[in-house]
Amino acid sequence: MPHPKLSTSHKSSVSIRDMIEAKKSSRQLGAKLEKGIPVILLLIALVSILTTVGIVLTLFTEMIEFFRRVPIMDFFTGTVLKPLSQTPEFGVLPLITGTVLSSAVAMAVAAPVGLMTAIYLSEYASERARKIFKPMLEVLAGIPTIVYGFFAFTFVTPLLREIIPGLEATNILSPGIVMGIMIIPMIASLSEDAMRSVPNSMRAGALALGSTKLEVTGRVVIPAAFSGIVASFVLGISRAIGETMIVTIASGSSKNFTFDLTQSMQTMTAYIVEVTGGDAAAGSTIYYSLYAVAMTLFVFTLLMNVLARYVSRRFREEY
Amino acid sequence: MQLVDHQKVNKRMSFRIIVNRISSIIFFLSTMLGLVVLGILLYRVFSQGFEWINMDFITGKLSTQPERAGIMGAILGTLWLMAVVAPVTMFFGVGTAIYLELYAKKNRFNGWLETNIANLAGVPSIVYGILGMTIFVRALDFGNIVLAGGFTMSLLILPIVIVSSQEAIRAVPKHLSEASYGMGATKWQTVRRIVLPTALPGIMTGAILSLSRAIGETAPLVVIGIPALLIPFPGGIFDKFTVLPMQIYYWTLDSSLVDEYANLAAATIVTLLVMLLIMNATAILIRSKFQKQYDN
Repeated sequence: MPHPKLSTSHKSSVSIRDMIEAKKSSRQLGAKLEKGIPVILLLIALVSILTTVGIVLTLFTEMIEFFRRVPIMDFFTGTVLKPLSQTPEFGVLPLITGTVLSSAVAMAVAAPVGLMTAIYLSEYASERARKIFKPMLEVLAGIPTIVYGFFAFTFVTPLLREIIPGLEATNILSPGIVMGIMIIPMIASLSEDAMRSVPNSMRAGALALGSTKLEVTGRVVIPAAFSGIVASFVLGISRAIGETMIVTIASGSSKNFTFDLTQSMQTMTAYIVEVTGGDAAAGSTIYYSLYAVAMTLFVFTLLMNVLARYVSRRFREEY
Repeated sequence: MQLVDHQKVNKRMSFRIIVNRISSIIFFLSTMLGLVVLGILLYRVFSQGFEWINMDFITGKLSTQPERAGIMGAILGTLWLMAVVAPVTMFFGVGTAIYLELYAKKNRFNGWLETNIANLAGVPSIVYGILGMTIFVRALDFGNIVLAGGFTMSLLILPIVIVSSQEAIRAVPKHLSEASYGMGATKWQTVRRIVLPTALPGIMTGAILSLSRAIGETAPLVVIGIPALLIPFPGGIFDKFTVLPMQIYYWTLDSSLVDEYANLAAATIVTLLVMLLIMNATAILIRSKFQKQYDN
């Protein structure tokens, strides 16, 4: 039985030519696709750059409008924030102290506890204990911040008021502590990564010289992993500065300029929530103050993140 | 010659051992501290909210009377939000990851692109909220509808999706794609038929985990201006909406006025946590079930 294509010989030459042509054009299409795909993917990747540009541009242009109305020095050195009064004043210092204090409380909790957790998980825990504790800490990290806010407001604050009589119903101490708890898993996990990347031979060397486990940890592992630990602290601070819901709920909205942790204070993030939640009319000075505060916040956290990366790169000990 | 003074060493020995023992206990206790707080938190929320959860609460409309309040609107809002965020972040996140891992040359621009993504991951969520409010809600005049909230949330979790997809793609062994090239496949054919299918479980796991972060986020939506009013159930991505975290926020704020609102907030938290649990369990399931282990 002859091949069907061979039997109709006069047609076959045409069809093969057709097939070659078809193949050529599909190959051209394929080649176009091969050339086009990287361009399309690059355009997709540009979305993240557009996001950055969008953030910087919106914050900057609206901030400029704000500084047309309120002198820049009044904003950065003013200790009075009264956006709603007849003679409004826009000093950002009350918000900055609120932010710095709440972050300081958070770090006072998170830095030691997070570091010691990292030490336990990296140096002391058995493989089995690690397998149990690490996922549980991840659960702690996965809980939405609004839930922590609820917890701070309805549980931690009432509890602290039993202990500290002068504590107000909204204060900076309780959200600070709860924020610290929230940041523990992050610091613990980043520091643990840094400590586990210290080679075992160094531990073995110190142990062989007669050190106890604590001495190995304190004099060999922590110095070797120091850059990673510092970076984790800096990222923790950045996280605390940007945290919104816990402080909005539990630290209140009074714009006190004070260093008293038992008082109600407002952070930069909580101010933004208050202003946007209050339906500030677009075009009012309060509305523009939002962008100046947000820009300050953005610069603060950006500096922290850049610093963290710089520290972990520049001061890394390579083994 | 005696280099070590044995007496001196022995004298300090017991002290050093005791300090070592005590510090190991302290390290253990501080690990437990976080977990104990987690336990108290979960116990508080569940004991407060559990008895308020019933079918009427889940399927009911919002109400100012605590006994009649339900959260169906917020549940639907959360689901619609996911319906926007999931496809948008998958498209842009995976696209960017493919570009960076498989196409991008090592030049200054691409290095800068990666730095930019790392920086975006550290920007506070509330700043994304301001971006969303300015661009989507006001400039493009969407109003506070699901689409505006969804786009804002997508931008927020995009850096996380990009990084986790990059890791998934990087985990695909080189010899698979080399075999594909060896068979005469082009680059895009290899990417589409070999690299992506192999990396898919890892990509999905990362995407689901970031999506669960998005549905727990509150700050950007507060800034966008999700109303606390009793609005009708959202029926699509162009409707006004509220989500579970927003409802928790409003009820927590008002709990100083009406005590029962704290219970409603707790009950809503339980609902939200159950949703998150389901999503995380799915992610873990996908990871353990579909991810093949390759020896590189």
